[in-house]
Amino acid sequence: MTRREPPRSTVRDLERYAGLFAERTKVMRSSAMRDLMALTERADVISLAGGMPDTSSFPADTYAAIMRDVADQACAAALQYGPTEGMASVRRCIAEVMAAEAMTIDEQELLITTGGQQVIDLVCKTLIDPGDVIVAEAPTYPGAVPTFSSYEADVVQIPMDAAGMRIDELEETLDRLEREGRRPKFIYTIPTFQNPGGVTMSAPRRERLVRIAHERELLVLEDNPYGLLRYEGEPLPTLYSLDGGEFVIYLGTFSKILSPGIRLGWAAAPRPVLQKMNLGKQAADLCSSSMTQHFVAGYFAAGDWQAYVRALVELYRDRRAAMLEALAEHFPREAQWTRPQGGLFIWATLPDYIDTTDLLARALREKVAFVPGRAAYLDGRGGSSMRLNFSGSNEADIREGVRRIGTAVAEQVALYGTLTGARPAAPVAPATAAEPRTAETLADVLQLPRREAPHQDRAETDR
Amino acid sequence: MSRVAVLMGGRSLERQVSLKSGARAEDALERLGHEVLPIDAGPDLVERLSTLAPDVAFIALHGRDGEDGTVQELLDVLGIPYTGSRVSACISCADKVLAKHVLRDRGIPTPDWHAFSETAFRELGAAQALPAIEERLAFPLVVKPAGQGSALGIKFARTAADVPMALVSAFSYDRKVLLERYVPGRDLAVSVLEDADGEPRALPIVEAVPNEEDFYDFEARYEIGRTRFVCPAELDDELTGRASELAVAAYRALGCEGFARIDLMLHADGGELDVLEANVVPGLTETSLLPQAAEAAGISFDALIARVLELALNRA
Repeated sequence: MTRREPPRSTVRDLERYAGLFAERTKVMRSSAMRDLMALTERADVISLAGGMPDTSSFPADTYAAIMRDVADQACAAALQYGPTEGMASVRRCIAEVMAAEAMTIDEQELLITTGGQQVIDLVCKTLIDPGDVIVAEAPTYPGAVPTFSSYEADVVQIPMDAAGMRIDELEETLDRLEREGRRPKFIYTIPTFQNPGGVTMSAPRRERLVRIAHERELLVLEDNPYGLLRYEGEPLPTLYSLDGGEFVIYLGTFSKILSPGIRLGWAAAPRPVLQKMNLGKQAADLCSSSMTQHFVAGYFAAGDWQAYVRALVELYRDRRAAMLEALAEHFPREAQWTRPQGGLFIWATLPDYIDTTDLLARALREKVAFVPGRAAYLDGRGGSSMRLNFSGSNEADIREGVRRIGTAVAEQVALYGTLTGARPAAPVAPATAAEPRTAETLADVLQLPRREAPHQDRAETDR
Repeated sequence: MSRVAVLMGGRSLERQVSLKSGARAEDALERLGHEVLPIDAGPDLVERLSTLAPDVAFIALHGRDGEDGTVQELLDVLGIPYTGSRVSACISCADKVLAKHVLRDRGIPTPDWHAFSETAFRELGAAQALPAIEERLAFPLVVKPAGQGSALGIKFARTAADVPMALVSAFSYDRKVLLERYVPGRDLAVSVLEDADGEPRALPIVEAVPNEEDFYDFEARYEIGRTRFVCPAELDDELTGRASELAVAAYRALGCEGFARIDLMLHADGGELDVLEANVVPGLTETSLLPQAAEAAGISFDALIARVLELALNRA
C-alpha cells in the first residue's frame, strides 16, 4: 500500500461555521457511499468503480514533444490568461472533433470549458432557480447529481430501455408537469453509450426528442463524452445535428479521446444561451487553462488525433469483451446487464433483494469495487444495480474483479434462497451461455420497479 | 512531553471518520506540546511502531482493527501503552452480541435479541426458526451485523417479508447478525470519562434528535443539519441520574477503560432505559458526541485528549 499522510483538519470546530453555510450546502451531503467509495481508491483494490480512460496508452514521447514545443514556441502565451470562450486554435480542433461525428459548427458558437463537467454546472447556473425542474434519465450520470443538487433543482428521472430514454414516458411527464404548472428548464441526456446505463438512444427517439424540444420550446443538454468510442454498430446522428443549433446545448470533451487531466471540454449552444454561459464562466474561472489549450492545439497540429482514438477503441473493445465474458461466466443467472456498443460502462442489475451498497462493503473485503446503483438516482432507486467500468483496468483485472463480485453475489443469492426457502438457482450460468442479452430482456435491466425496501434503521452509534 | 503515535485511518469502513478523529487528536496533542507521529494503520503498522518506538499510542481507529482488540493486542506485544480499553473489553464491545450477553448476565437491561451466524442459516436450517423469533421479538424489528460499528448494514424490518433481505444486507458486513426488538424512544448517548484517579464519571447526556422522521441513516450522524444534538439532554434530574448510573454500570460490566460512549434507549412509554451498545473508541470529529459532552461538562477538547493520554500513561 502506498502511504498517504492523513489530511490535516482545521483546528476549530466546524459547528462554528455552520450558521454561515448557504442553504444549498445542506443538500450537498457527503454520504456513507462516499465513505465507502474512499476505500475503493486503495491500491490493492481492483476498482471497476472509476470512469477513467486508460491514459497509460498515450505515447510518452508525443506528450514530451508537444510540451517542448509549447515551451519553445508559446511560453509567454501558455503562461498567460486567455479569452473566456477559449483559444481560436482550439475551437478549430473542436470543429474537427465534431465533424468526425457529422456535426458542422460555427466556431463562434463554442465555449471552451474546464472539463465537460463545467458545462453541466454552467447550464444549471444559467437556467436553474431553486426548485426548477431538470428532466434526466433514470439512471443518470452520478457526477451530475451533486451539480443538480447544488443548484437546488428538482430532478425528474425518466426510465430507459434498450433504446434509451422512454420518450412516451417523457411526454407523459412533461404533460404532468405542465398540469402542475411547472415548466422544466432543460432535459439532460447522454444519448450515446449512456453513463451509467450503457444504452444508446435509437434514431427515431432522437428525432422525437428534438421535435419535442422544438414544440415545447425546451432546452436539451446533450452530454456526449463517448460518441467516438464506438466498438460496434453504426453511428447515429447527434441531437445537436438533428436540431440545427436551436434547442440543443451540446457538451463535448477531450477527456475520453485525449486526456481528462487537461480538463478541457466545450459547449456548443444557441448564441443567447452561450452568452449567458460565457458570463457564468467569467464569474467561475475567467478562462480555462491556457497551457493545456496550447497542448491541444499542438497535439492536433502535430498529427492524426483520430489514430489515438482508434487505438483506444481497439483497447476498450477487448476490455468490454472481457467484461461481458466474465459477467456471463461469473454472475448468477438472476443478474442482467447491458451490452453497450461503446463508451466505458456496463450497468448490471441483480435480484431486487440484493442491496448493492451493502454488497460493495462485502466486495471491498474481496478487494474489488463498483459504483452502487443508488448513486445514479435522486430518489433512492437503483438499490440493486451497479455500474461497472471496463476502460480503466486491464483484461486480467477485469476478469478477476468480475469473478470476485460474482462470487459475492452468488453467495447472497444462495443465502436469500436459504432464508426464504426458495430454491437457489444454479450459482453461475455456464460460460457457453454467454449470449448477448436480447433487447426485450434489456428492457428489464434499466426499468427498476419501485419497491418498498426495508428502511435503513436509525443508527445507535455515532462516531 | 511524550512521543505520541496517533493511529488512524486503517481499512475499516469507518476509515474516513477515523481520519477526521485522528487529525483532531493530532492537533490537540501538538497544542499540548507532544511530539505527534501520525500513522495510517496499514500493512506497515507494526514496522512503523517498532521503528518509531513511541512512548504511547493514541488510538483513533474506529471499527475493525481499532475497536475489536486487534491493534490493542499488537501494542501489548510491542510493549507500547495505549489509550482506552484493553483487549478483552474491546472484544466484548466490538461484538454487539457478546456485549449484550455480558450486559444481560450482569442484570443490565438491553433489548431482546437473537443472533445467528451465516452458517446457522446455511447448514442448520436456522431459517426455520425465523417465524418463532419474529413472534417473540414482534415487528418492527432491527437487523444488525454483529460487528459493524457504524450504521451501515442496519435495517429496519416492518414485516416478515423484509427480514430475508435485511439479513442478506447485514451478512454483507459480518458472519454474525442479530435480530433485535425495536424499542421506540429517545436516543441517548452517555459518554463516560475516567477522572484523574481512574474513576469512571458520566458526562452530560447527549440526545440525538433526527430531523427526518423515521429515516435515520449513517451519514446523518456526521452531517450538520440532519440530526440535532441536544446537550445536556432535556431530562429531569431523576432520569439523568438513572441514565448516568446505568451507563457507568455498563462501562464497568464490559470492562472499559479510559473513556467510552454508551448508547441508551429511553423507552417512549414508561421511562425505562435500555443499553444498546458501547463504543470503546468514540468519535472525535467535529460532530461527534463525546467532545460535545465533554465541553458541556467544562472539559475542552484539548483537556479531554490530555486526560485520555494521561490515563494511558498512568496505566503503563
